[in-house]
Amino acid sequence: MGLKNNLHQLKEKYKGTKMAPAFNAIHTFLYTPNETTHSGGHIRMADDLKRTMNTVIMAMVPCLIFGMFNAGYQHFNALGTPVDFLSMDAFLIGLKKILPLVIISYGVGLAVEFIFAMIKGHEVEEGYLVSGMLIPLIVPVDIPLWMLAVAVIFGVVIGKEVFGGTGMNILNPALTVRAFLFFAYPTWMSGDKVWVHGAVERANQMAAGQDVDAISGETILGSLAQNNAPGYDVADMFFGFIPGSVGETSTLLILLGGLFLIFTKIGSWRIMLSATLGALVMGLIFNGVVNAGWITESSKFYGLMSTEFWHHLIIGGFAFGVVFMATDPVTASQTNKGKWIYGFLIGFISILIRVFNPAYPEGVMLAILLMNVFAPTIDHYVLQGNIKRRMKRLKLKTA
Amino acid sequence: MSNDIRIKKGLDIKLIGQAEETTEEAVPSNIYAIKLSDFHSITPKMLLKVDDKVKAGQAIFFNKSNEDMLFVSPVSGIITEIERGARRKILTIKIQADKEQVYANQSAFNLESASEESIKKHLLSAGCWPFIKQRPYDIIANPENKPKAIFISGYASAPLAANYDYVLAGKEKELQAAVTALSKLTDGKVHVSVSKKSTASPLANLNDVTVHRVSGPHPSGNVSTLIAKVDPINKGEIVWTLNPQDLVIIGELLLTGKFNAERIVALAGSSVKAPKYYKTKVGAEVSTFLYDAGVKDNNIRVINGNVLTGSKITPDGYLGYYENTVTAIPEGNDYEFFGWNKPVLNKVSTSRALTFSWLFPNKKYDLNTNTNGEHRAFVVTGNYEEVFPLDIYPLQLLKASMVKDLDQMEQLGMYEVAPEDFALTEFVCVSKQPHQQIIREGLDLMYKEIG
Repeated sequence: MGLKNNLHQLKEKYKGTKMAPAFNAIHTFLYTPNETTHSGGHIRMADDLKRTMNTVIMAMVPCLIFGMFNAGYQHFNALGTPVDFLSMDAFLIGLKKILPLVIISYGVGLAVEFIFAMIKGHEVEEGYLVSGMLIPLIVPVDIPLWMLAVAVIFGVVIGKEVFGGTGMNILNPALTVRAFLFFAYPTWMSGDKVWVHGAVERANQMAAGQDVDAISGETILGSLAQNNAPGYDVADMFFGFIPGSVGETSTLLILLGGLFLIFTKIGSWRIMLSATLGALVMGLIFNGVVNAGWITESSKFYGLMSTEFWHHLIIGGFAFGVVFMATDPVTASQTNKGKWIYGFLIGFISILIRVFNPAYPEGVMLAILLMNVFAPTIDHYVLQGNIKRRMKRLKLKTA
Repeated sequence: MSNDIRIKKGLDIKLIGQAEETTEEAVPSNIYAIKLSDFHSITPKMLLKVDDKVKAGQAIFFNKSNEDMLFVSPVSGIITEIERGARRKILTIKIQADKEQVYANQSAFNLESASEESIKKHLLSAGCWPFIKQRPYDIIANPENKPKAIFISGYASAPLAANYDYVLAGKEKELQAAVTALSKLTDGKVHVSVSKKSTASPLANLNDVTVHRVSGPHPSGNVSTLIAKVDPINKGEIVWTLNPQDLVIIGELLLTGKFNAERIVALAGSSVKAPKYYKTKVGAEVSTFLYDAGVKDNNIRVINGNVLTGSKITPDGYLGYYENTVTAIPEGNDYEFFGWNKPVLNKVSTSRALTFSWLFPNKKYDLNTNTNGEHRAFVVTGNYEEVFPLDIYPLQLLKASMVKDLDQMEQLGMYEVAPEDFALTEFVCVSKQPHQQIIREGLDLMYKEIG
């Protein structure tokens, strides 16, 4: 085959040069390399990191497409000229807004990865393939592209490369990007405008003195945090016809993606299950507090505390975070026992932050980042259990 | 007495090319070779030089750190070449075999009245000691130690490995003599594992041993699995391990006084036209039987041992000192178009990420040596544990070994493992890390630093 041979010649030509990592990254994308085993076992399993990452991306694609429809749907709804959810009008608005996000995310992120690989002389690792897809799904639809680009550079450099690249990072890079956006541009990100396309523009027009109606781009969590009824029913929330970050709204599709990841054994069912349990427990505790009458309706926490405990699973970014971000194997707990604890605490703390931090009612992002930091500690104690068992065996012997 | 050991974690890799259970006499090899790489951590001191005549069972070199430990020639003949590498390190000793084999004079050994010391001395001087390996470190046993127990796995669960029930058939006398001798070298017991499915294992009815019946996927036949389930190694403890086919050589030496390096070897693998068993000798040229059975292609990998733990040799290479399997599989030195995302039907995988081996649990595969991906940092977690039955955290132990953290390695169970235990985790590793090499280097470092 001509292409195969030509690429092989080029690979030989670039070998040892600064260009090699960049060339190989593209080459291995087309062809699995001709590398054979040279130490240890002589055969290897079919999966490589690209396949693993690709599986996660496949699980996210439905969320992305749904997000495009939803962006347009919310836009027209807010303008007061509703269209059908599955209409071309809705999709085209979404496509116009979201495709640039995807392109910026992959373009900027991969450029940073390539530059680092060339400077440090290692291969371009696949970690960013998933991060690059996650980022457009967890940002608001109306985020300015320059802001996203800055955040992506920050996330990849500070979140990952300074630790040594894929596999070495402490924090989930995609969440680092989102956290950066939230804390660097708080007035933009925490407002009630940015979640629906057109809301910001409209607000600017009003500020300029034009005679138009304001449109709201508030998320359910935002409303609840201000003790307002959100005005969406459970079915809307579950199927995802609500405002929010691009890919986080449809719990149904996230659930399907999660089941796919569990079935393919790529995502950890332990983390997903325990995080759900953790969230339900915290939700029940808050419901209990409300039922016991310890808190009055005038309290600023009332809205979110009185939310029925299982509704927490279908509003905000909880489901998306738990399925696609908490399960990142590098930043999660790496022992099976640790995964139970790690997941449970993510669920538990997510809802805690949600209720007590009305400025950033999206708790799952901070909960996952926090547990990312604690994951090595959890693993340390799990390992200590194993070490103690071994020591005990020795003591029994010598005693 | 028989005890059951059952493991659930593991993976049976089913491959094409199982050796058919018929044995042929291999053509006598012209040259026999002893490869020093088979004797890990041993520095040899030569007793003979090039052009010296040697008898079968006569010592050729000894262990520099223990002069009593002799290494003998498998055949009689003339030493034709001593191949040396960097800094004159001896790599291979080649012997041209005589037409008529002459054996070094040894008399039969009286086991009944033998003491521990006399058995040790006899095995050391007759060249049978190197068959005894020790844990920790997976090296040739130090004769000054007394192990707490001796472990022998009579069940080869690795893919395409020689079936011990078949190759040991009829050798009960030799096996018995060997285990009786070994049982005098330990205060504990000699533990032997046989497959639960086996009906005719010659190891199952021996005296002086405790027999365990193991079942479950590979690595149920690994000796580490047996040790972990029966009597795990603690810090400061030593156990010895042996391969059943080497017991036959030890047994024959004890019974007749003859060091007979004869061995029945399985020739297996998908690149072999007619995979079957051959009777040959340790150190023989592999080509004496490889081409008799026929190979399908020239672009093949010939492996001394099984596909998971064996070492790579060229088709004109020699049978290893400890091996009873030779495998030939296709080399995978070719590119595969979009190999990383298209559905995979012809390769084994433990995941279901568009890999479909889970649909066909009994299908046999023709795997080649391609790594199916490039070397990456450790990313995926939890998949090693699925194929690793020991009470050890494999990923964490590998990482400790990579960063040379001796305390952590010790605490996480490095004393209990051998590189072969990480063959399956290496197979399933998505990041294509060299697990066995990492563990071997870790063990060597510990041996050097802690000893």
